Amino acid sequence: MRQYLSKRIFSSILAITGLFVMVFFLARLTGDPGHLYLPIDAPLEVRKEFSEKHGFNDPIYIQFGKFLGDLTDGNLGYSLRKERPAIDIVLEAIPVTLSLAAVAMSIALAGAIIIGSLAAYRPNGIFDRISRVVSLTAASAPDFWVAITAILIFSVSLGWLPTSGIGGVPYWIMPIGILVIRPLGLLVQVVRGSMITALSSDFVKTARAKGVKEKVVIFKHALRNGLLPVITVAGDQAAAIANGAVIVETIFGWPGIGKLMIDSIMQRDFAVVQASILITAIVILSINIIIDIAYAVLDPRIRHK
Amino acid sequence: MVTKVRNKNKSLLKVNNLSVSFDTTEGSFDAVKKVNFDLKKGETLAIIGESGSGKSVTASVIMGILTCPPGRIKSGEVLLDDIDILKLSDSDRRKLMGSKVAIIFQDTLSHLNPVFSVGYQIAECFKVHKNLSKKDSWKKAVQLLERVRIPNPSRRAKDFPHQFSGGQRQRVMIAMALALEPDIIIADEPTTALDVTIQAKILELLGELRDERNMGLILITHDLAVAAEISDKVIVLNEGKIVEKGITKDVFINPDHDYTKQLMDSIPGKITKHKKKKSKKFSDPILEIKNISKFYENIACDNVSFNLFPNEVLGIVGESGSGKTTISNLILRLASPSNGEIFYHGKNILNFNKKDLFNFRRKVQVVFQDPYASLNPTMNIFDIISEPWVIHSDFLHKKLYQSKVSDLLISVGLQPEDAIKFPHQFSGGQRQRIAIARALALNPEIIICDEAVSALDVSIQAQIIKLLLNLKNKFSLSYIFIAHDLPVVKDLADRIIVMKSGKIIEQGLVDDVFNFPKEKYTKDLLKASLSIENLIS
Repeated sequence: MRQYLSKRIFSSILAITGLFVMVFFLARLTGDPGHLYLPIDAPLEVRKEFSEKHGFNDPIYIQFGKFLGDLTDGNLGYSLRKERPAIDIVLEAIPVTLSLAAVAMSIALAGAIIIGSLAAYRPNGIFDRISRVVSLTAASAPDFWVAITAILIFSVSLGWLPTSGIGGVPYWIMPIGILVIRPLGLLVQVVRGSMITALSSDFVKTARAKGVKEKVVIFKHALRNGLLPVITVAGDQAAAIANGAVIVETIFGWPGIGKLMIDSIMQRDFAVVQASILITAIVILSINIIIDIAYAVLDPRIRHK
Repeated sequence: MVTKVRNKNKSLLKVNNLSVSFDTTEGSFDAVKKVNFDLKKGETLAIIGESGSGKSVTASVIMGILTCPPGRIKSGEVLLDDIDILKLSDSDRRKLMGSKVAIIFQDTLSHLNPVFSVGYQIAECFKVHKNLSKKDSWKKAVQLLERVRIPNPSRRAKDFPHQFSGGQRQRVMIAMALALEPDIIIADEPTTALDVTIQAKILELLGELRDERNMGLILITHDLAVAAEISDKVIVLNEGKIVEKGITKDVFINPDHDYTKQLMDSIPGKITKHKKKKSKKFSDPILEIKNISKFYENIACDNVSFNLFPNEVLGIVGESGSGKTTISNLILRLASPSNGEIFYHGKNILNFNKKDLFNFRRKVQVVFQDPYASLNPTMNIFDIISEPWVIHSDFLHKKLYQSKVSDLLISVGLQPEDAIKFPHQFSGGQRQRIAIARALALNPEIIICDEAVSALDVSIQAQIIKLLLNLKNKFSLSYIFIAHDLPVVKDLADRIIVMKSGKIIEQGLVDDVFNFPKEKYTKDLLKASLSIENLIS
């Protein structure tokens, strides 16, 4: 297992390196930042000076060499816009997104485990039928539309919740609510499927024959076995949110990584694009490694391989 | 026989008039029909029957683990200490399960929870019923493991089911059943799928524990020899009905009902052979295995040599891990030997090029153990049997497929109309016939049967063995018959090879090996392999 993990970490580092090189070149294909930074009527000299100052005139391989040189010093470059180190800007944005993702995924996972397990306990029972319709609807809800409708109802008409911004609990309710809907719908279906299999396993019979209470049969004996496929899907969903809950962050004005990335791409703020992609990639690969570890924790058969 | 004696001979368990049916989309069918029996302290009752006879359903009802629906208890009562457990509430019934009556299942790998340590699973009994602390339950679990003779119990308790061997897992299961010192233990096929020597040890342990704690033991089995070995009385179930009941010895010596007689006749090892001992020395061998070895992480097969002659049945016996299947894989060239040579009609198959190998494979076919897994469920029987001809396209013209499939189905005892059906529409025995028909499709010289009858009920086993013998003469085949069950091999084989840890330790004509075994291991195997004759004589 330890050997497997170190292999996994090594290959993750390789992937990040590859990604980094690609992002450097692709970002520069979007065009000359000067066009966006300087006033439209800026004279040619000013433009030249701007490019010269930031090194955009150098051949791309020299720019890349410089970039690598800076990188070895731990320097990810300066934001053109904000004139601050890019990494600082990114490190301010990432906790916002991560806390959104963590809260949303915890709620989705907990809800899905309870609803999915109960649905699986009596397949085709009344609870199962209702949860199937609801979860399918939730899994296919367009979050953009749901978000706007929610603002219209809860903020504009009822005036219960703030329309946007960051702050206390009321500010969290709508963004989290929107982020939970899709993963919850999807996870309920996954939990239901894997719990039906787990509950019909022979070891469940053994547990019942021991006189174990049904609650313990479901949420201990069956669930521990039913969780493996759920974790895979949940990890995938968590990565998707961490990758930028772009829509939610934009609509609710949350200064997270998704919004930062979109903004910096639009502004050709290369250093920030690079830094935010690097950090996001590290987050996503970490999530994958955590999933691997969770697998091993949950299933001794994997641990002993 | 209603006596009002209130003594030790009182029944622990009484099942009266129990009927269970299953509601399916095709209507309901009765799985258990008006079954009556009782069990006293220190007594062992064997419930004998083939698959589908309702024996496991009866056990599920007693344990309160019958899945309803589709199951439905139509009538009857199950009296445990004069309390009808069918009338109890779920929570009251749960209190009895595990503490008054406990069950030991067969397939221990799937019946133990893979993600909890065995110590935890045993300790759970104390947590559920006795409310003991974690530490005390664990201590008791370790003691139980020691009682069922798991070596190094305090360390092993932390291990998970997959880290134990089949026999050890069965011991863990027994420890779990024993935990709360129940009055009754139900053992549902406790030794099926275990090697003979281990089988004997598990039965010995069960008997010992029964006597030590004066428990009632219900042994559910399809293996008559197992029933003969350990039980005091026996009931024979057929299609949900008790067709015969009585003292084990009486029933086995003087079976009354036709079905019981038929069962007794199907017991392997009884076929009286009127084989003329042909002198096979004069014909050249089809297959010569010379000093082959195969090393994986450990030695799977070590310096093995033998020959196979035309129209001969060669039995290979040994316990799991003895290298039987490795040899089959090497002959089929599904794996390459680390050392040694295999000659087919004098040519070394290891030097075969692609074309030679293709032709060789036509001549050597295989029938696997599990007919449920070895037939593709999405193909109909026609496609399954004709597939070899699609691969070996020069063998048969497409126009002739239909008539040849019909011929093959008839020769294995099925109907030509069966060709359009799918595997799930057949029983285990019928599926094995289909697998044999497929093996015959290319007119092979050799068929390797890898535990080909191990998964079948005794009466079906007898039919398949008969079929294999008929086909052998009809198509002049040679078989390599791999099995762990000695009586079966005795019925079928001309010569026999006994393997242990990858080595051949004894070989010879079947009668010689069975009657005058030379090696200690062979003697042990024969002794462990239960036979009814021991009981009867």
